[in-house]
Amino acid sequence: MLQKAFYSFVKIAVLFLLGLNVRRKDLLPSKGPAIIVANHNSHLDTMVLMALMPLSRLKDIKPVAAADYFFSSPRKAWLSEHVLGIIPVERTSADRSVDPLEGCYEALTQDRVLILFPEGSRGEPEQMTDLKKGISYLAERFPDAPVVPVFTHGLGKALPKGSFMLVPFFCDIFVGEPITWPGNRTQFMDGLKERFSQLSSEKNFASWE
Amino acid sequence: MKLLAIHWALIGIWALLTLASIVVFVVSKRSSKDMSELVQRTQSWWVMVAIFTIAFLVSQTISIIVFALISFLALKEYFSMIPTRRADRRVLFWAYLSIPVQYFWVYDHYYGMFAVFIPVYMFLFLPFASLLSQQTDGFLKSVGTLNWGLMLCVFSISHAAFLLILPATPESSAGGAGLLLFLIFLTQFNDVAQYTWGKLFGRRKIIPGVSPNKTWEGFLGGVATTFVLAMLIAPLVTPLDLAHAAAAGLLIAIAGFVGDVTVSALKRDLGVKDTGSLIPGHGGILDRIDSLTFTAPLFFHFIRYFYY
Repeated sequence: MLQKAFYSFVKIAVLFLLGLNVRRKDLLPSKGPAIIVANHNSHLDTMVLMALMPLSRLKDIKPVAAADYFFSSPRKAWLSEHVLGIIPVERTSADRSVDPLEGCYEALTQDRVLILFPEGSRGEPEQMTDLKKGISYLAERFPDAPVVPVFTHGLGKALPKGSFMLVPFFCDIFVGEPITWPGNRTQFMDGLKERFSQLSSEKNFASWE
Repeated sequence: MKLLAIHWALIGIWALLTLASIVVFVVSKRSSKDMSELVQRTQSWWVMVAIFTIAFLVSQTISIIVFALISFLALKEYFSMIPTRRADRRVLFWAYLSIPVQYFWVYDHYYGMFAVFIPVYMFLFLPFASLLSQQTDGFLKSVGTLNWGLMLCVFSISHAAFLLILPATPESSAGGAGLLLFLIFLTQFNDVAQYTWGKLFGRRKIIPGVSPNKTWEGFLGGVATTFVLAMLIAPLVTPLDLAHAAAAGLLIAIAGFVGDVTVSALKRDLGVKDTGSLIPGHGGILDRIDSLTFTAPLFFHFIRYFYY
């Protein structure tokens, strides 16, 4: 309920303040288990990807985010879990006995759709960094879950890391063909990188330095 | 309810749109070529005319807000397609904020401030706001491009809204609403006419370095059509006499063409085909209002000089 209200507001704000140019929206997974993999530039990334989904399906869509950031205080943790619907992942865990991806496994078993940002951090806006390998463990464990790459541009310009002032820009969202499990993790990561480099070269983006 | 001249004009536009849609429908059924873009374009016209009609009939304030939104979308499109500097985020934010302010002057009937707010105050303020970041690399280019965008998308377009608040005159009961309808209809019809004449008879390229599809035949055909149409419509919704109506027709047709190719030059420089994807079949909002950015201020001052 709270989540629906929040994301209804987000939908309107995203449509009015930003404006999205979405290519191949129909490739977004309509049912789980599935994994949406996107590049990470801004807090808006999650908002926008959630806003692309129908409200009735939100409860089954789970963004995966850093526990040390989103669950750092009880209040933040409550909001992250109940309003944003986030699954926490420990980026820096001393305890080796617990698999940091445990929450993700569980969600995929329950036929949920995960939203993952394998760059790990928002980093410098509009610059892609190396992809972390965690995603390949998920894909290996759930070889039947399609992995859908989504490349976004412009969200880092609208709200980059470290800023609280939203400046409107039209943003591009390019959805790619889903990747099926190729058999091993290295091939999977190479395939994913390849897919992202294709998506990011679909358009000449205005420079932003 | 008694129908006023302005209502008849709106009915005329809807009738014309219906007629055009039938023609497009028949042509697209008979033609072997792919006409989906033309069909999409026509569908988008229905949406645009509907929004315009509703705003027009509901209230003047709503119409002013609609124009402010058009400026916002156009400026957003412009900022999204040009190279910008990260250091100028705050400057872009101020530029956006000038939109509600500029349209408030329209709402407030404050002509003196309306006419100078962007070309004087924002013009001086933006470079100041930009230098506060103390990053001089690309300063000149940044200030130049931001100011031009603000003039094109906000200042120019706000003149269309200012037409609205001009009062009725003894010669024309339709007042500002009639003038706005005259301007918008002729500007948009001129675009369509130039396109259609060009498609049918276009042979000699007029400005191939900027816009390879534009031809002399399209340009002259469009100018002639708009010229005749201006003289026919003017007595219905404007105070213009025949000579002034003819001059206004030429002004709108030629300025519309120049506005169109100006935005084309901008797009060519940036290497993009359309300014956006907001209006199916047309491209972005700037693709649709490119002519209006030139016709609105010129027609406004023409009217103001001779009639107000």
